[in-house]
Amino acid sequence: MCTTCGCGDTELVPVELHEKILAGNDRTARHNREHFVEAGVLALNLMGSPGGGKTAVLEATARAAAGKGWRLGAVSADLATDNDARRLEKAGIPSRAITTGQACHLDAELVHRSLHDFPWRETDVFFIENVGNLVCPAIYDLGQAANVVVLSVTEGEDKPLKYPVMFKAADLVLLTKCDLVPHLDVDLAKIHDALARVMPRPETIEVSARTGKGMDAWVAWVARLKARVAPGGARPTTPHTHARESSAPAVTLKLEVPESLRKGQAHPHDHDAAHGHTHGKGGHRHD
Amino acid sequence: MHEYSLVDALVRRVEAEARSRQALAIHRLSVRIGELSGVDPELFRTAYETFREGTICAGVPLALTQVAASWSCPRCRRPIARGEALACPACKEPARLDDGGDALTLDGIEMEVP
Repeated sequence: MCTTCGCGDTELVPVELHEKILAGNDRTARHNREHFVEAGVLALNLMGSPGGGKTAVLEATARAAAGKGWRLGAVSADLATDNDARRLEKAGIPSRAITTGQACHLDAELVHRSLHDFPWRETDVFFIENVGNLVCPAIYDLGQAANVVVLSVTEGEDKPLKYPVMFKAADLVLLTKCDLVPHLDVDLAKIHDALARVMPRPETIEVSARTGKGMDAWVAWVARLKARVAPGGARPTTPHTHARESSAPAVTLKLEVPESLRKGQAHPHDHDAAHGHTHGKGGHRHD
Repeated sequence: MHEYSLVDALVRRVEAEARSRQALAIHRLSVRIGELSGVDPELFRTAYETFREGTICAGVPLALTQVAASWSCPRCRRPIARGEALACPACKEPARLDDGGDALTLDGIEMEVP
């Protein structure tokens, strides 16, 4: 009401929010991240163009990391078909397909739902193979520890300059299909130069899923991150309750995400507030 | 075309804010889009104008503020020239994106309240 004279007229008020449009996604991503960290699971978000070699890299990872004794797992997203998940299963990586229909990217809620029917807690390294797309997936935090972007040598040396948002989000770029270099007019130095113009901390590994080149370096990179995810070793900082599960015992997750593992988030945020969340389809227990 | 899912999130947020303040109408939305936000401002506007129909935002104008991306050295503050490698030529420090360059925010809502 108008408070100047009490006439009863309505009032126009400017409401200042300065709030991220993806705040809702980020809340769910934080929730996912808390679960991954609490369970000691290293979650990696694998992004890249369609046909860039994401699935092939994962197949080769299963071979290259065989001696590590890691339990691998994956969810694999495509608009249609579960072909990639089947390929990964065949390669020895328990997997689920996320079929996104028309959606061009994964968001934190889709990942959260996919966790419900997948024994992700039984994994040490959990890959989230995103929809093949160099644009949309880049801005959605999923709760991963790090973003890995696959860039094949056949895609053009200036690809990073054309898709700066994706490469800016990358913690690591895997240059794939390097076995093809002798057959192509591609200058790897130009790719590295382009990456340095869009990534403040450019980190790349040249690999070939076919020959196994570079796979040891990639596995070592994963191992370094894995070593920072200590199961059960986290200290309490974040009381975290599930509002919708009042009949179940209150769940308190105790964790601390090392700063170095939060890089995957586009925008780091504080873990200082308990939050409730809703589940789109079907309830689930967190135990 | 993630612009549609972003607009969906935007409209839901505005609806929630309007409900909490018992707003009678919305008059204007202000949104900030950074050059490295991953969002094309024109596509965003088109998505908004399509999606707002049938919602509390029907007919409500959208004010878009675009923010150019710039990088600078976090240590010596030296700006990095556009297109150059993202490391300080003097300190070798990895560059930092200046504020707003990747913003995707709902800055404000102008609403009519009782």
